[in-house]
Amino acid sequence: MKIRFEHLTKIFPNMNKKLPDVVAVNDFDFEIPDGKLIGLLGPSGCGKSTALNIICGLERPTKGRIYFDDDDVTDLPPENRGVGMVFQNYALYPHLTVKENIMFPLRNIKRSERPSEEEMEERVLEAARLVQIEQLMERKPSQMSGGQQQRVAIARALVKGPPVLLLDEPLSNLDARLRLQTREELKRIQTETGITTVFVTHDQEEAMSISDLIVVMKEGAVHQIGHPQDVYDDPRDLFVAKFLGTPPINVFTGEIRNGGLMIGDEEVLRVSGDVRDQKVYIGIRPEGFELSDTGAFTVDMIRVEVMGRDTSVVSRHDAMTGVSIRSIIPSDSGIDRNAKKVRFDLKPHKVDLFDIETEERITCGLMRREG
Amino acid sequence: MISGNKAKGWLYLLPALLFLGAFMVYPLIDVLIYSFEEGYNSASQTFFGVGTYNYSYVLRDPYFLAALKNTIILVIITVPLSTGFALLISLALNSVRKLKNLFQTVYFLPYVTNTLAVGLVFMILFKKTAYTEGMVNLLINWFGGSSVDFIDGPYWAKMFVLCFYTIWIVLPFKILILTSALASVNEDLYKAAKIDGASGFTIFRKITLPMISPMIFYLVITGFIGAFKAYSDSVALFGTDLNAAGMNTIVGYIYDMLYGNSGGFPSYASAAALILFVIVLTITCINLMISRKNVHY
Ligand SMILES: Nc1ncnc2c1ncn2[C@@H]1O[C@H](COP(=O)(O)OP(=O)(O)OP(=O)(O)O)[C@@H](O)[C@H]1O
Ligand SMILES: [Mg+2]
Repeated sequence: MKIRFEHLTKIFPNMNKKLPDVVAVNDFDFEIPDGKLIGLLGPSGCGKSTALNIICGLERPTKGRIYFDDDDVTDLPPENRGVGMVFQNYALYPHLTVKENIMFPLRNIKRSERPSEEEMEERVLEAARLVQIEQLMERKPSQMSGGQQQRVAIARALVKGPPVLLLDEPLSNLDARLRLQTREELKRIQTETGITTVFVTHDQEEAMSISDLIVVMKEGAVHQIGHPQDVYDDPRDLFVAKFLGTPPINVFTGEIRNGGLMIGDEEVLRVSGDVRDQKVYIGIRPEGFELSDTGAFTVDMIRVEVMGRDTSVVSRHDAMTGVSIRSIIPSDSGIDRNAKKVRFDLKPHKVDLFDIETEERITCGLMRREG
Repeated sequence: MISGNKAKGWLYLLPALLFLGAFMVYPLIDVLIYSFEEGYNSASQTFFGVGTYNYSYVLRDPYFLAALKNTIILVIITVPLSTGFALLISLALNSVRKLKNLFQTVYFLPYVTNTLAVGLVFMILFKKTAYTEGMVNLLINWFGGSSVDFIDGPYWAKMFVLCFYTIWIVLPFKILILTSALASVNEDLYKAAKIDGASGFTIFRKITLPMISPMIFYLVITGFIGAFKAYSDSVALFGTDLNAAGMNTIVGYIYDMLYGNSGGFPSYASAAALILFVIVLTITCINLMISRKNVHY
């Protein structure tokens, strides 16, 4: 089932009358395609949970409509929307066993439409098998690990066979290993069932790794929607560029002058296309640096960190906007650890320019300098 | 090492054990002994023999039987009603977020104001004086009924006032316990239940009630015990001569046997006390057994 937002806005009036109201969701106007896994991504407090709560009906929008396929569900209460949801803290019913927890949504179906007792048992078992907890059916939530509880929550959300599955930071309570494992499993379950899934996280790596589409939000507004790789390669603005990628993109203040891209006094790349001379923000991905004795870009080295396959060079430059510059180069580049200065060439497709006022990306061609 | 630690543990417990022994175990044993001493004379501290006569006397004493009946009626009426009302009021309070704190104070007021002040309110409500017949009678008259004497009148009227009063007195505490129990239920469970398609009533029955069931059982058990021990409420309403008023309770009977006008019979008092003890113990055990089965977690 596809989900369509039409100028959807949610405003929370501020308790303190002097402060402005909080616009938690600002003019959502896009479509979530059927059967895809969507990562809803943004910093804390940007309105991700609110957006999810509007989809499932726990919150009502201030303005705008929301459609499931062609049905307007804006005024439908949550119990009639039939979506499945996994809460951040799982919200399992502590007084019920795993089996009763998973059975709960089925028991609430109207008597005339409710499946028979045997069929319900069968469906519960099927959902439990999908998340591999069929041996734990008689346990209470308090007798299980975080990862197991999370799977029960997923099974409970799936048992009704909902057309839409919503997950609010479902992995944030898990340790690093379990997180990786569970997110693979989530992807598997989503692919197996083909349910349209919206997955909220503030961890960009998590979102990038399993989503078919990511939606990047900031302060209630959608900044960019697209395939993870496309958004990473072609960020629409500086916020998106900074938000995606670990280590994060390195940002410098620089200038376009006479067809050259200048950082400080050095011309690091050539600029082509119809652009005027102006001050710009220059974003360089950590993997956009190439060690070169004749490199165009010179930085002051701080230290070298070896990370197995790669080497991370930490350095500084007067034009940088962050606290340091981090570049990732192959371990066999043979860098001199004691050097005071390091010279790099830049890979043009790993460099993006942004308007200094609007912070939007400037579209232009970038090339290496001649010889 | 382990036995050393154990000895230390007992050493730390010693003061508490001594106090418990002096103030709880010793009197209990003493009462037990008294209750089997026949014909005990408190002036000469002598008795004729040992046996169960005290028990058979008490169990045949019409005053005791009246007190037993009153107490049981009181328990059966006030415990479920006060717990039920408290639950309803707490649910209402819990659903009005903003007014919650204000209401909590209002309902808690009777708990901090002393019993006598509440007694005064009851005088205004129920008592006949030279000037007025009490507010409740005014109401009854207004609806065309004839006045009832709630303090010196028919048995059912007095019992009504006693139950009303008892419920009033215990309500604030129960509301306080239940509102905090309700407030401590994780909001996300309600959200999850809504998404799982549960109606408001289903949520109450399947989520809210089980989640606060430990507190409800706590209130029922302590409510039973408290109501069986009722005495002062009756005195506040009907004066000290409860036997004459026909509103005595078991504890009142025990008190009368010790110190009342017709008192001076510690053996009868002890026998009555032990009968009460056995009743309360039985009821509490039954309660605990039921709660074991129904309070899961
Ligand atoms: N019930 C509410 N009343 C008032 N303001 C609210 C309410 N719920 C959320 N907000 C505000 O709306 C904004 C968005 O909140 P939301 O919970 O959607 O953020 P989020 O993106 O899920 O953040 P996080 O990653 O920390 O969970 C926040 O500024 C928050 O303070
Ligand atoms: Mg959130």
